[in-house]
Amino acid sequence: MQSIQTTKRRKTFSSLKKVKRKNPFLKSLKKDYQLYLLALPAIIYFILFHYWPMYGVQIAFKDFIAVKGITGSPWVGFKHFERFFKSFQFWRLMKNTIGVSLYQLIAGFPIPIIMALLLNQTKNKRFKKTVQTVTYAPHFISVVVLTGMLYIFLSPRNGIINQFLSLFGIDSIFFLGDPKYFKSVFVWSGVWQNAGWGSIIYLAALSGINPELYEAAKVDGATKLRTIWHIDIPGIMPTAVILLIMNVGKIMNVGFQKAYLLQNSLNVESSEIIATYIYKIGLLQSQYSYSTAIGLFNTVINIILLVSVNKISKIVSDTSLW
Amino acid sequence: MKSKIKRSKEDLTFDIINYTVLTLILVIVAYPLYFIVIASISDPDAVNNGLVWLLPVDITVEGYKRIFQDVRIWTGYKNTFLYTIVGTFINITLTMMIAYPLSRKDFSGRRFLMIFLLITMYFNGGLIPTYLVVKNLHLNDNWWVMVILGAVSVYNVIIARTFLQNTIPEELYEAASIDGCSHFLFFIKMVLPLSKAIIAVLTLYYGIGHWNEFMRALIYLRDEKLYPLQIILRSILVQNMSQDPMMGDVEDAVEMARIGELIKYGVIIVASVPVLLLYPLLQKYFVQGVMIGSVKG
Repeated sequence: MQSIQTTKRRKTFSSLKKVKRKNPFLKSLKKDYQLYLLALPAIIYFILFHYWPMYGVQIAFKDFIAVKGITGSPWVGFKHFERFFKSFQFWRLMKNTIGVSLYQLIAGFPIPIIMALLLNQTKNKRFKKTVQTVTYAPHFISVVVLTGMLYIFLSPRNGIINQFLSLFGIDSIFFLGDPKYFKSVFVWSGVWQNAGWGSIIYLAALSGINPELYEAAKVDGATKLRTIWHIDIPGIMPTAVILLIMNVGKIMNVGFQKAYLLQNSLNVESSEIIATYIYKIGLLQSQYSYSTAIGLFNTVINIILLVSVNKISKIVSDTSLW
Repeated sequence: MKSKIKRSKEDLTFDIINYTVLTLILVIVAYPLYFIVIASISDPDAVNNGLVWLLPVDITVEGYKRIFQDVRIWTGYKNTFLYTIVGTFINITLTMMIAYPLSRKDFSGRRFLMIFLLITMYFNGGLIPTYLVVKNLHLNDNWWVMVILGAVSVYNVIIARTFLQNTIPEELYEAASIDGCSHFLFFIKMVLPLSKAIIAVLTLYYGIGHWNEFMRALIYLRDEKLYPLQIILRSILVQNMSQDPMMGDVEDAVEMARIGELIKYGVIIVASVPVLLLYPLLQKYFVQGVMIGSVKG
C-alpha cells in the first residue's frame, strides 16, 4: 500500500518537471519503448482473451444472432435477466451455489489454520516434514483423478467407505446418487485435497513472529496453549483476514470442474450450480445470450461481495485488499 | 515451582494431543493414495471383497498391461506432454517479459499496466463471450487453443514481479546502461540468469496446470486425436462409473467389470506418476512460490 503511494508521489513530482516539454506521454513512450515492447506480447494476450470477451458481454443485453455478429444483434434490455430471475431454476441454483460455498468456507477455512498452529508446535523436525510433504501432495492431483477416486471409494457396491460402514452394520449408502450427500462429498474431498497446502501461508506468517515474544512468554510461565492463544493467533490474524476477504469474494465461484464431474442425473437436484448451468445452457443448448446474462449476474454479485467485505474489514480490523 | 510442574504437565497433555491429531491427519491423507497403489496391483476380487487393506493380495500387473495396450492412453499422454512443454514455455516467456518492466520503479507505464492486469482478475467476459472470441480466431478444435488460452496468469506475474523487485537492484541497470546496455540485453543477460529460482517456481505452477487441464479441452476440443490425458481419464474413470449401479450383477459383465476396476486403479497411478515423481524433488520450490505470493501486498 505504502509503496504505491510513494510511487504516486514520485510520479506527480516527475510529471511536474515535464509539464513544459511537448507531450509527456509520447516522451515517456520514447524513453521506455523497450520496456513497452517487452510487455507487448502479454498485453496483446490480455486484450485478445480478456478484454475482447468483456466487449462481447453486451450480448447479455441482446438477442445474439450468429450471422449478425455481436454488434449487429438487436438490443433487448434486461429480458434475459428477467427470464433468469423468474425461472424455477433461479432459487435452486442460488441455494446450491451459496450452500456449497458457505459449507466450504466454514469447513475449509479454519482447518488449515489449526493445522499450521499444531505443526508450529511440533519439536520433532522429521515428523513435521513428513506431515507437510504428505499433506501438500493431494493439491497436485487433477480434478478428474480426484473425482475418479471418489467414485471408487464411495461406490455403493464395493467402495471402501461402504465396506467400512458395513463393519458397524450400516447399510450401503449411494453417496453420489443421493442429492443429500452431494455437498458433503464436494466439500470434504476439497478439504482432503487442499487443507495441507492452505496451511503453508499460515506457517509462513507464524515463522515471521518476533521470537522475543516467545521468550517473554516462557519467562512468564505461559503454557503452549496460552502461547498459541496470545501470540500465534494474533500473529496470523492479518493473513487470515485477507484470505477470508478473498474467499468471501469468491463465494459465488464454486469450481465448475469438480461439480460437473461429480454431477449425474440422480444428484443433479443439489449438484446443479451456476457454473454448470451456464455451461449447459450456453454450450450444450446454444442459448448464448441467456448464458452470458447468467454469467454477468454472477460476476456482478462477486464484485459487490468483494467490495463490501473489503470495506467492512477496513472498518473493523484495519486490514484490506486495497 | 508448583506452577512449573503444572505447566509442564499441561504442555505434555498438549503434546500428546497434538501428535495424535497430526498423525491422524497424516493417515487420512496418505491412506487413500496408498490404497490406490496397492489396489492397482492386487487381484480385483480380493479388493472387492475388502481383503486388501495394508498389503497387496495376489499381485498382478494385468491392469497395467491393458492400460498400455490402449491407444487412447498413449495419444492422451503424447498430447498432454506436448501441451505441457509448449504451453509452459509460452507461459514463462510472456510472464517474465511483462514482469520485468513492472518491476522497474522508473517505468512510466507501470501503474496503468498493473491496473490493466488487475481488472482481469475480478472481471471477465465469461464462458460464451470467450468462446466466441476463440471461434472468431479459428482456434476452436485447434491444437493452439490448449497452449494459448491461459498464456499469462496475473497471479504469477505478480509473484515474478515481486521476486524481481527484491533480487535485482535498480542500480544494476543504471550501471549497465552507462556502458550502453539496452533493456533487451539486460533482460536476457542479467535478469533471466538471476531469476532461476522464480522460473523454477513458475515452471512448476504452470506445468502442473497444463498437465491437469480438463475444462479447456472439454469446451474447445472435438477431435479425439487432440484429446489430452485428462479427457481420456474422465471417460475411463467417471463416465463408466456413473453407470456402475446399472451394470449391477449382470453375469456376462462380471469379468468385464472385474478388469474394469483394476484398470481404474492403474490409470490413476499412470496419470499421476510424472507429477508425483517430481513432487518431492521440487517441494521447496512450491513452498517458496506461496511465500513470495503471500508478501505481494
